[in-house]
Amino acid sequence: MPRQPPTKEELEARKIVGINLETITNVHDTNYPGHYPGEDHSWDIEKFKQEFSVEIHKNDPYEASFSLIGLDASIANAFRRIMISDIPTLAIEQVFLNNNTSVIQDEVLCHRLGLIPFTAGKEGLRNFVEWQAKPRETGEPADCRDSDTFQLELKVRCEHNPDAGPHETDPTKLYKHAHVYARDIKFNPVGRQYEWFTGENAIRPVNPDILIAKLRPGQEIDLNMHMHKGVGSDHAKFSPVATATYRILPVIDIVEPILGRDAEKFQKCFPQGVIGLEKVTAEDGKRDSRYLGHEGELKAVVLDAMRDTVSRECLRHDEFKNKVKLGRKRDHFIYGVESTGQLESDDIFLQSVQHLKAKAKTFEKQLVNMVR
Amino acid sequence: MAPTDDGFEALLEPFYNGKKLTDPIKTKEDKYQLVPAFLKVKGLVKQHIDSYNYFVEEDIKKIVNANRAIRSDQDPSFYVEFTDIRVEKPSRDDHSGMQPISHVSPMECRLRDATYASRVLVDIAFPQGKTRIIKKNIPLCRMPIMLKSSKCYLNGANNEQMQDMNECPLDPGGYFIVGGTEKVILIQEQLSKNRIIVEAGDKGVVTANVTSHTTERKSKTYVIYKKERIVLSHNVLVEPIPIIIVLKALGGMTDFEIMEMIAGGDASYQDDLLLSFEEATKAGVYTQQQALEYVGVRAKMGANKKGGRFNTGPKRSAADEGLDTLANLIVAHVPIEGYEFYPKAVYIAMMVRRVLMALHNPKLVDDRDFVGNKRLELAGQLLSLLFEDLFKGFTTTLRLNMENFFKKPNRTATYDPASAIGSNGASITYGLNRAIQSGNWTVKRFGMNRAGVTHVLSRLSYIAALGMMTRISSQFEKTRKVSGPRALQPSQWGMLCPSDTPEGEACGLVKNLALMTHITTEVDEKEVKEWVYAMIPGVTPITEYTGSEMHSPGVYVIHVNGTPWAMTRRPQHFTREFKQLRRRGMLDPFSGIYINEHFKAIHIATDEGRICRPLLIVQNGQPTLKAEHLRLLQLGKAAFVDFLRQGVVEFVDVNEENDALIAVREDDCTFQTTHMEIEPFTILGAVAGLIPFPHHNQSPRNTYQCAMGKQAIGAIAYNQFNRIDTILYTSVYPQRPMVGTKTIELIHYDKLPAGQNATVVVMSYSGYDIEDALVLNKASIDRGFGRCQVFKKWTADIQQYPNGRKDRLCVPRKNEDGNTEPKDHLLGSDGLATPGLQVHQGDVMVLKEIPVDQQSTGIAGAGDRGPDGFKQVPISYKIADPAYIDKVMVSSNEKNQSIIKVQTRQTRRPELGDKFSSRHGQKGVVGIIVEQEDMPFSDTGLCPDIIMNPHGFPSRMTVGKLFECLTGKASVIAGRRDYGYGDAFRSHPVEEMGKALVEHGFSFEGKDYFTSGITGEPHEAYLFNGPIYYQRLKHMVQDKMHSRSKGPRAILTRQPTEGRSRSGGLRLGEMERDCLIAYGASQLLLERLMHSSDATQVDICERCGQLGYRGFCHTCQSPGSVTQMTMPYAAKLLVQELISMNVGVRMQLEEKFPATQ
Repeated sequence: MPRQPPTKEELEARKIVGINLETITNVHDTNYPGHYPGEDHSWDIEKFKQEFSVEIHKNDPYEASFSLIGLDASIANAFRRIMISDIPTLAIEQVFLNNNTSVIQDEVLCHRLGLIPFTAGKEGLRNFVEWQAKPRETGEPADCRDSDTFQLELKVRCEHNPDAGPHETDPTKLYKHAHVYARDIKFNPVGRQYEWFTGENAIRPVNPDILIAKLRPGQEIDLNMHMHKGVGSDHAKFSPVATATYRILPVIDIVEPILGRDAEKFQKCFPQGVIGLEKVTAEDGKRDSRYLGHEGELKAVVLDAMRDTVSRECLRHDEFKNKVKLGRKRDHFIYGVESTGQLESDDIFLQSVQHLKAKAKTFEKQLVNMVR
Repeated sequence: MAPTDDGFEALLEPFYNGKKLTDPIKTKEDKYQLVPAFLKVKGLVKQHIDSYNYFVEEDIKKIVNANRAIRSDQDPSFYVEFTDIRVEKPSRDDHSGMQPISHVSPMECRLRDATYASRVLVDIAFPQGKTRIIKKNIPLCRMPIMLKSSKCYLNGANNEQMQDMNECPLDPGGYFIVGGTEKVILIQEQLSKNRIIVEAGDKGVVTANVTSHTTERKSKTYVIYKKERIVLSHNVLVEPIPIIIVLKALGGMTDFEIMEMIAGGDASYQDDLLLSFEEATKAGVYTQQQALEYVGVRAKMGANKKGGRFNTGPKRSAADEGLDTLANLIVAHVPIEGYEFYPKAVYIAMMVRRVLMALHNPKLVDDRDFVGNKRLELAGQLLSLLFEDLFKGFTTTLRLNMENFFKKPNRTATYDPASAIGSNGASITYGLNRAIQSGNWTVKRFGMNRAGVTHVLSRLSYIAALGMMTRISSQFEKTRKVSGPRALQPSQWGMLCPSDTPEGEACGLVKNLALMTHITTEVDEKEVKEWVYAMIPGVTPITEYTGSEMHSPGVYVIHVNGTPWAMTRRPQHFTREFKQLRRRGMLDPFSGIYINEHFKAIHIATDEGRICRPLLIVQNGQPTLKAEHLRLLQLGKAAFVDFLRQGVVEFVDVNEENDALIAVREDDCTFQTTHMEIEPFTILGAVAGLIPFPHHNQSPRNTYQCAMGKQAIGAIAYNQFNRIDTILYTSVYPQRPMVGTKTIELIHYDKLPAGQNATVVVMSYSGYDIEDALVLNKASIDRGFGRCQVFKKWTADIQQYPNGRKDRLCVPRKNEDGNTEPKDHLLGSDGLATPGLQVHQGDVMVLKEIPVDQQSTGIAGAGDRGPDGFKQVPISYKIADPAYIDKVMVSSNEKNQSIIKVQTRQTRRPELGDKFSSRHGQKGVVGIIVEQEDMPFSDTGLCPDIIMNPHGFPSRMTVGKLFECLTGKASVIAGRRDYGYGDAFRSHPVEEMGKALVEHGFSFEGKDYFTSGITGEPHEAYLFNGPIYYQRLKHMVQDKMHSRSKGPRAILTRQPTEGRSRSGGLRLGEMERDCLIAYGASQLLLERLMHSSDATQVDICERCGQLGYRGFCHTCQSPGSVTQMTMPYAAKLLVQELISMNVGVRMQLEEKFPATQ
């Protein structure tokens, strides 16, 4: 018997990852040549262009959510990985301690400073900042340039507050500078940095209220810092994202009608807005005999499967056995990118695309060399 | 509220834990509030403090009162009388007469290597002529002061005062500071004193023994049944004495009366005595006089040595000797007043009766391991033993001093004992300090010689210190292979923690107190007796009765502290009345009473060292604790003591527990119930209390955690950065555990935690996680997970020598170029390291010079003056990994010597091989550190800090860990702190946690959908994940990593040294050698055992076979047949050592490759 080409349903079903009570099935993509006899699944740019689409759900500066549809998991994951570890940002890398008489030890203080996310004018970050030159062969660090080193300063001294009331117990009122915050860090531009990073474009902490240290009268922190460009694979402080993640689109398939009390319970098995309750109408009965005789009762319908968190609670209850089929669409990636503040979320993603492209180009070159 | 901040305020506050004042109080749920109320006044370390307070305030006075007068033999009219003694508050020892006495804080003592001690003052009276001179406040000695005791400045100090003294308000106290080190006197477990213990031996031998313990002496008396004879044995008796002779010697009884006293009307007991009576007759003992002589002859002369040596009086007759032995030595704790021997006769008869009873019914022997038969000795008691011994020694030397003075024929001045007291009292100071410092408790008069009584307080973590304060060490030998003393005793329920014991040789011998345990201090039994006589009718003294009356049916003998004292016919009524008196506060709350139906006896106990715990009183099936009691407690209008007096709670000791029916929960109460547990989780101790859901774990896991919790790195105390300890581990970002317990709050672990809440995913990952290894997220480490600091101390002391020369510090050295030596670059101009700088191996931290001339007298005129030069002895940093100078301290100790302490600090991030553990005895090392992007991630983008291998669960059965994870996850997600309780026996139900998870869109079982960070595809299984509290343990790779290619060798054998600290080699041992032999790798063997070890070239004379030297044989006087060869130096050494012992050794040489014939 000659092989039939797959039907559209079959093709769709292949894209579904099965969500069962204890297992997840069908996790690998089978969409490659040679997997299905007689079918050609070789990658084709035109076909890809046709099938690929992007949906944007949310695009806040520090939190973006969008869908890439029609992509392979490896590519989707590459974007995610690049966003976490390969997009360069600026962070404090060198600390020169002049004085630190606080209780917090030098190393700990430096570590804390390094983790503070900073931001600055986007133009400058994109077009001016360069990688720090490699150390010389003698082991000495290379000279600092205005394009790769940014000087910051933190100089705080805690003193008694003469205006404090006699029975004041709150240290922040009793003393001046009892708490050292990220906003106390001062940026000292040099050279061309004045052109790029002045005014509202100045280098500044994303969140000025990050507590760095606590001081008591007489204690002092006096230090200078150098900021450099780095990547997240080197240290997590350089990672531009708090989270960069994706999930694939949940699919809820109500196979058998779920009615009445069960429908209400079914709704509660999902986060709000996933399952709706509708009255069974006469048409339903006409269209599907299983609804016959239940007119007027409530039935469960899928409103928005994207909102589902895949808690698979509904699979735990016997009432819904064989009535619902859960799955996820393999090629629909819903990204969530939360920026730490230096770069905007969408920018981070776009940079990751550029990055992947650059990587591919490099790889191509190497590949050609290898073959030759 | 109370003025002191002991950290319990929050627990008693009305708004605590989401509860408001107006919320209804349920006794069932809120009765746990009694636990903090109890811990405020008793429990945990308070027993140490109570015991010490009793010693310092009362016992010390009693001791001095008992030894109050010293009389001179030379001048009978002269005496010195100690009228009073008191202990001051701690002061500096090195104040001179010019300065006023200055207070000293514990922190100063720790830093200056001083002793936290105070002066002990005595008042004396002595005659001068006809007047009686009274001198007050004469310094006798210095007494080490227990921290937080009534004499300590920390006692009752509030947070602010504690801070002023640089002290941590959460520090438990209860230890001593001697020579700058913190020393704990461990609680010592012993068999109870002055109680009869009946044991059955082999071959039908039954013994009853009693350890008599009086202030005078300690001795053991045995009554032994052996081969149908009953005898009494004691150390002073040369041979055992037939029991009838002993009873006859005690006098006043006919044979018939003796028989009745022992056996009563029971014919079978009477039969057993037959042979014993016969024996007495055979020995020809009929009268008391004969019996006394019989005993006197057999008493060792050593017994009255004291009288004999100094009193050169007339030799005493055998009868006197016997009388003395019986009165003072045998069962010494039964007092003889006015030669009234009847009580002692009753006591010995009772011992015999017990032996006979055990003979007929083998069940009536006593169990040595029963907790009711044990007494715990605390710091106060141990110190009082020591002090009494030292004080007695002091009085004898003082008397000798006095005698020497009065011996002088012409005295110029009158004798003033005040100055002699001060100089001789130093021996007491020295004795006390030495005992606490070395842990050797030597009391000559009891023949007591115990080692290891004190230990250095472990400051590894807060829990380590606290755990040490509740530790009980047993007197049993660790080497003996008996299981009885090590086994878990049912009677230790609620008294001793069932989980907290070490593994290995001390297993079951070292125990820990449970949370609510209290150890009694002594109560005067006289007072109890008087109250009982006055208040309870139907009690008649035992001295008024004969044996037959004692043993008649329905009569119960009342024993006070093991000694028969009175009789009653209504035992139940009597005990009820007694308890009533106690509950009303007329009797001491710590006096115990119980009925022993087997022996028809009521026992009242008032002695010290009994283990007891508070229980709620239940009457008519209802606990007497009502909601209004708890309301008063919340309002701060009632304390635990009030509840004692109101009959709501009472202290019950182990023996009394046997008479009680204790309900665990309110629902279990019936009309038979007498008591109810305050909270079931209090059966665990402080250390086991950290474990969430311990009742879901396999029990050994809890025990493992108890050992590991003490090694966890965390916050040690609020004053941790002011301390300079030899080694100090602190965590950079410690966190309160997400899932806590009530115990955690009660012991303030939430304020000084040791661990972090790690997000854990249970899955197999990378293969580097086998054998419990963990996978760590690199980004988490970058962000500070598991980061810790290690502080180390380096000291230098600036000594002064008798010849007036001194050590000194010097300025950094310069090299030829005029620059500072690289090694000295840390040093300032004072020769001390500069804080904040990085130190590398070999860098000098203190540049000290010692004089070359230390021996001479230094008198130049006498020509005895050595060279003036100095030798440099720098204190340099010896560890391979660099550190920072944290602080430098310059001070002086009590001997006025300068001491310099330098503290170095390392901050360490977790690395491969560092040890971590959860709170369920699940330890593991870091197997691989993985980039964040390679970690699995959930739909929300969550990725784990730690990945744990699921193989850790099935065999360990630590269900508690799963519950912790689930509960933690639920409380994080729901933002509800009150979810996070994993108390033993009263934790939050896990089903509720599951529901909370579902509500927030997570899986009911805690298993969520994860995507692989490497492939980007979903994992085929749901992964169990959530926060689990992880502890970083002190074992770190950096401190253990070691290798050697070449290095130092031992001088004697020329073999490589051993151990990491000496950069030694790794030994190829006997068994490894066997393997190589078996394999046949002879060249490898040769290389390992000789060439890489101690190969040496020797000259051997082929003719005589002895060692030659430089190609010449001195035996043969010829160089002719001397050959060179290589051999292990150790073998050469052996040959020479044998020669030195006159054992001739000849070495015969052969060709290595003989020519083939």
